[in-house]
Amino acid sequence: MAETILRVAGVNKRFGGLQALADVGLEIERGQIYGLIGPNGAGKTTFFNVITGLYAPDSGTFELAGKPYSPTTVHKVAEAGIARTFQNIRLFPDMTALENVMVGRHVRTKATALGAILRTRATLAEERQIKQRALELLEYVGVRRYADYQARTLAYGDQRRLEIARALATEPKLLALDEPAAGMNATEKMALRGLLEHIGSDGITILLIEHDVKLVMGLCDRLTVLDYGKIIAAGTPGDVQRNPAVIAAYLGGGHHFAAKGEAA
Amino acid sequence: MANFLPRFRNSPAAAFAATAVVAAVLILLPFIFGQLGNAWVRALAFALLYVMLALGLNIVVGFAGLLDLGYIAFYAVGAYMYALLASPHLTSNFAWIAQTFPDGLHNSIWFVIPLGAGLAALFGVLLGAPVLKLRGDYLAIVTLGFGEIMRILMNNLNAPVNVTNGPQGITLIDPISFGGVSLAKTQTVFGIEFPSVHLYYYLFLVLAIITIVVCIRLQDSRLGRAWMAIREDELAAKAMGINVRNVKLLAFALGATFGGVAGAMFSAFQGFVSPESFTLNESIIVLAMIVLGGLGHIPGVVLGAVLLSIFPEVLRHTVTPLQMMLFGKVIVESEVLRMMLYGLAMVLIMLYRPKGLWPAPEHGINPSSRTDAGKAQAA
Repeated sequence: MAETILRVAGVNKRFGGLQALADVGLEIERGQIYGLIGPNGAGKTTFFNVITGLYAPDSGTFELAGKPYSPTTVHKVAEAGIARTFQNIRLFPDMTALENVMVGRHVRTKATALGAILRTRATLAEERQIKQRALELLEYVGVRRYADYQARTLAYGDQRRLEIARALATEPKLLALDEPAAGMNATEKMALRGLLEHIGSDGITILLIEHDVKLVMGLCDRLTVLDYGKIIAAGTPGDVQRNPAVIAAYLGGGHHFAAKGEAA
Repeated sequence: MANFLPRFRNSPAAAFAATAVVAAVLILLPFIFGQLGNAWVRALAFALLYVMLALGLNIVVGFAGLLDLGYIAFYAVGAYMYALLASPHLTSNFAWIAQTFPDGLHNSIWFVIPLGAGLAALFGVLLGAPVLKLRGDYLAIVTLGFGEIMRILMNNLNAPVNVTNGPQGITLIDPISFGGVSLAKTQTVFGIEFPSVHLYYYLFLVLAIITIVVCIRLQDSRLGRAWMAIREDELAAKAMGINVRNVKLLAFALGATFGGVAGAMFSAFQGFVSPESFTLNESIIVLAMIVLGGLGHIPGVVLGAVLLSIFPEVLRHTVTPLQMMLFGKVIVESEVLRMMLYGLAMVLIMLYRPKGLWPAPEHGINPSSRTDAGKAQAA
């Protein structure tokens, strides 16, 4: 039995009259690539933002690697071990690619202002390590050659990779990606899929929100499908794909579709 | 202009020579300007105080991106702290203090500088804590209010208990002295006479250099990166686990530190402080220095501070004699002309050098900018 990395249960979130999330939960095991899908407005991003501390939930329990964490402040969630990327990439645009990743090391390093002013040996050593690790991560996601480029000048797909490298720099227990394939063409999507498979095969647990069903089906070990703020299906991609409720949610008129299937 | 710096990195000898030349010029400067009168050396000493102030404010505004219009309050905190601890004001107003210190209040510089820094840092946190969630215009308004509150407080804290002596200010403040060597008197070393202003100039020069070194080191540190990150995208910085609250408070506190030390020095140098020295106008001038020089760029900030603090002195000493010579009477007061030229400079800077006179070189390689195109191809 693999260890559960993230266990979230009973999440409710209401925006005024809209019940954005109703009793939503999921369990992710170590090393899984876990997909969270659903049609537009299903509550995927809301759920994601609740998990990562951006929105305060009305209720719910949250456990990361067996320890409860409270998703009330964004930086504490990152400290606890969930690193996220954003749907519309949020790099530090005027900093170099390398510096972006170095910022990601912030939460796992501890040089103080005094250490920096006095340039103590420990601070200098840590600074070297930060740089070293950041370069390794740039290499890992494949944008090492742009280390000294301003982040804003990188191509779109490379900016995504850089954002993932920055998230990995925080040594996350769970890497949470919000629609990483959004706005990508087919080639870029293939490359991204390769990268995510690579990260997954290195034992890093990934939570993936995605619109692109094809990408998710091929990549994920398990899926949860949201619609109108409720979980309508959960399981392996194969199970989910055959689930009539999922088909109905995506295509509308589900029973019609199913009936046709039976006839054939 | 900024490109001469990297050239030294490959040649330590050239770097050493350049440093030696700069050091020699800085040491000889008061003697050169002293030929024109000690008022000029005094202006130089003030320029160095402004360098400290501008660099301190640059931490808050330039590094962390928090617009602070009340920075002069920290200068006031430092100045009043020293004034109270090193003048007869408290002993003559409070009998119990006179009893505790029968020889009057006098304090060593080694005590005053850390205390001034610490007290100002405390006020920095006091200002920072309530404004953490504010940004841009709103932050500017609140900090402006803070600056004014401090000034008005100093102005009115003479009743019911006379702490600050109100608008009259505090007089008879001790000059700085090092182990019995007072900076207020001319000192002779190896037969060379160093007038008081020269001595203060050297003291301020040392402090300004320390400030510069500290700023450079902070900028290139983990903390400096965190400041830059919250300046660029606060939410993304949070998502990277940066405790934005603490990092912002540190910016306020460290920035205030330099203001506090500069204030204490100002008070010792003048021998007199009053609330008039800490008006909103002063805050704006310090901000203008860093914007004019190049926001966030340490050499630019130093340049801006020196230019804007020396410029009024130059005007004062040239405008009136020039008009007397040309027209036989004074048509425009130098003060009026100064504001006019400030306005003109502001407009010209905005039009032609919106990033300041000596802006930070573009950070990293940008293939679309002309200077970097070659570098990008090489990479």
